[in-house]
Amino acid sequence: MAEDLLHEVTQADYKYGFTTDIETDIIPIGLSEEVVRLISFKKNEPEWMLDYRLKAYRHWLTMKMPEWAQLKIPEIDYQSISYYAAPRTNGPKSLDEVDPELLKTFNKLGIPLEEQMALSGIAVDAVMDSVSVKTTFKESLAEKGIIFCSFSEAVEHHPDLIKKYMASVVPITDNFYAALNSAVFSDGSFVYIPKGVRCPMELSTYFRINAMNTGQFERTLIVADEDSYVSYLEGCTAPMRDENQLHAAIVEIIVHKNAEVKYSTVQNWYPGDKDGKGGIYNFVTKRGICKGENSKLSWTQVETGSAVTWKYPSCILQGDNSSAEFYSVAVTNHHQQADTGTKMIHIGKNTSSHILSKGISAGVSQNSYRGLVRVGANAENARNFSQCDSLLLGDKCGAHTFPYMEVNNETAIIEHEATTSKINEDQIFYCNQRGISTEDAVGLIVNGYAKEVLNKLPMEFAVEAQKLLQITLEGSVG
Amino acid sequence: MDESISKKPTSGVVGEASYIELYKQHHESIKMHSTEVMNNIRDDAFAQFEHLGFPTVALENYKYTDLKTALTIDYGLNINRIPIPVNPYEVFTCDVPGIHSYLYFVVNDAFYPVNDARNNVLPEGVIIGSLNKVAEQHPELVKQYFGNLSSTKNDGLVAFNGAFAQDGFFMYIPKNVILDKPVQLVNIMRSDVDFMANSHNLIILEEGAKAQLLVCDHTVDDVHFLSNRVTEVFVGENAIYEHYKLENMHVKTTNLATLLINQKASSNVLANVITLHNGLTRNTIEIDLNGENCETLLCGMVIGDKNQQVDNFTSIIHNKPNCNSRELFKYVLDDMSKGAFTGKLYVAKDAQKTAAFQTNKNILLSKTAKMRTKPQLEIYADDVKCSHGATIGQLDEKAKFYMQSRGISEKEARLLLMYAFTSDVIDNIRIEALQDRIKMLVEKRLRGELSKCEGCVICQ
Repeated sequence: MAEDLLHEVTQADYKYGFTTDIETDIIPIGLSEEVVRLISFKKNEPEWMLDYRLKAYRHWLTMKMPEWAQLKIPEIDYQSISYYAAPRTNGPKSLDEVDPELLKTFNKLGIPLEEQMALSGIAVDAVMDSVSVKTTFKESLAEKGIIFCSFSEAVEHHPDLIKKYMASVVPITDNFYAALNSAVFSDGSFVYIPKGVRCPMELSTYFRINAMNTGQFERTLIVADEDSYVSYLEGCTAPMRDENQLHAAIVEIIVHKNAEVKYSTVQNWYPGDKDGKGGIYNFVTKRGICKGENSKLSWTQVETGSAVTWKYPSCILQGDNSSAEFYSVAVTNHHQQADTGTKMIHIGKNTSSHILSKGISAGVSQNSYRGLVRVGANAENARNFSQCDSLLLGDKCGAHTFPYMEVNNETAIIEHEATTSKINEDQIFYCNQRGISTEDAVGLIVNGYAKEVLNKLPMEFAVEAQKLLQITLEGSVG
Repeated sequence: MDESISKKPTSGVVGEASYIELYKQHHESIKMHSTEVMNNIRDDAFAQFEHLGFPTVALENYKYTDLKTALTIDYGLNINRIPIPVNPYEVFTCDVPGIHSYLYFVVNDAFYPVNDARNNVLPEGVIIGSLNKVAEQHPELVKQYFGNLSSTKNDGLVAFNGAFAQDGFFMYIPKNVILDKPVQLVNIMRSDVDFMANSHNLIILEEGAKAQLLVCDHTVDDVHFLSNRVTEVFVGENAIYEHYKLENMHVKTTNLATLLINQKASSNVLANVITLHNGLTRNTIEIDLNGENCETLLCGMVIGDKNQQVDNFTSIIHNKPNCNSRELFKYVLDDMSKGAFTGKLYVAKDAQKTAAFQTNKNILLSKTAKMRTKPQLEIYADDVKCSHGATIGQLDEKAKFYMQSRGISEKEARLLLMYAFTSDVIDNIRIEALQDRIKMLVEKRLRGELSKCEGCVICQ
């Protein structure tokens, strides 16, 4: 029975696989100082931005790919990738100017750029490959003083903010992929919420890797000033591809005094086919800092895609009484590999963090949780609770947990628990008895298992996430 | 002792280079004073050490144990096996009342010859003695096992041991023989100069055999010691083996111990590692379950204060289905002490029906005490029940208040709580006399009254 189900799972196709024919402006493959200069030139960047890129590039040359993760990554030739791709249609003034093919792509993805947007209350800064094509609701946000624009626009119009905050959480020397991103990043989103403003809608960006062989290197910077609030959504789908694509993003979040940021991701990039061919390599550095007192940062992620995921959304709890949360569901199937988790660095007094991670592995995939909870010497009364559960569907997959706890203060209370098991036969039997097919029962149980995390997602996302879970585990989930 | 060979530090630092030099110059005499079986792997182990060097914090497995300071000391090595002027049988009286044991000593790195055989009349077929001597008398037996577990470990300390160890403790229990008394092995560090000891212990239990081994680590002299010991244990089918390690050493000691246990089908192993007083300790424990229906219980406890450092790095590897393992480690850390724990639980692809549970609980008593814990689950089979739990915290204020409100002084209440905290590790000692004694030692240790076994003449 289980084998049949698994067989069906392996037959499940990637539902969002399609490519759009749009002319793209691609620079030749390879990475060198000239390429970095060219990217900067093409984007009309100021001198200081180019200096920053070059510094990052030079540092990157001295670094090696990290090998500590529980991942088998074939050697990546960084010289065989094109580092810049932008749609030719530059700077559309209105919807009419947007390439119809592009609009179709967005519609297929279910991103209505038009009226529906206003109804659903989401502002979308849609990133097609690398250059931001269309930003909606900018004006209504601008009324409140909120800045929500593409990274390049921010470099042009708000250089002070960029200079102040960029790389303040993830320095160029942070890690291999962060350095690479800092050198060649194409575009991304910038959000600034001014003092005392509560962002009236969910901010959302859809990223899409579209052109052949172009790694996408976006950069997101979110700054929430004192007493502000924002909820930010990021969702990803990518077309079917045979060659592995590299994706190395950076997300930086700065949360000031009494402010709160919620960051939610649904990641559903192409995971490769059932033989493990193709798929996206997702090496992301996400980090936020609770800078001021009483600040709050919350990460929620649903990871269903990518052939290889290397991602550790982290929080630095610097302000006193600050708190952080990390909720994650990671599903791997076929030959997918995921090494994901979080870091909670407690520095301020009375800080608290909560980690809830649910891993589901099927097929011949490998799914790891890797997390660090560090309590600094002055972090009085730090509190952490971590729970990492793994569910195994099938006897060829693997589930692993690597939690690290480093405590330097005796007033800290740190708890960690982890379990690994397969779906309880009794539960399936119970459902069967009541006329629920095994397939549906597995679906019910998996959804129930991930519920705690899915509940943390904003409404619109929760629905999509649930769908994704089902698509990813199709056959075994029903 | 004066004739023992000492390395001269090259350019002020005693690192790998000086030991590599030492080996190259003196490997003839190292081999001359050892035995063929050990010499067989010596050059390979040395080549491996040359390649690996001493482990540094850059290695994931040694992230929390920094050996740099300990290795800057210029230790002497007794390569030419010069006898040490001490008779442990005369000066050592063990403080565990009611413990009747077969008593053996390893002084520094050499097995001390048994001087009164009457106390140690062993059942027929049982061999206990110096690895060096036994390897000459029963070369086939030793050859069959020696190095099987250690030579494949890609670890600088194990490789170093392979290159330099010349002797050790050997125990062989033949098929279906049950030892009626525990075997007690006392490792004594005795030297007038800073000293390094490398020894290799080999323990073999054949099918259906049963043995209990109590290893006590002691220091005698107030000099810097570094001991690097590798113990290989082979537990046959249906055999029962209990391994207790009690560490009571002074703060100038660096104690590096690697314990490798290989379990065959239906065997039962209990390992209990208790660190009461030490300098810097690194216990690497790996238990491989290579047969079905194995039972494994691994527990340990650390009471640390001052600058003490303890790192227990443990792995339980489930290679076959239907095995149960349990792991329990507890730390109480005060002052500037540092504790580290790694618990790796590995379930191989076809090890279905595995049940493996791991718990690590830690109490920090002072602001400057530090704890690092790293439980890990690596699971490649689906029909398993595995869990781990880890906590770091303080004594329960409410419980303390409850006791205080009933007339128990704060100090006593604290003691009671700490004592209760560690008691489930002590409950896992299956030698009653030893259990009682360790209870007392722990209590005294928690009161801060004790830094050595009481009455243990040798430790004074």
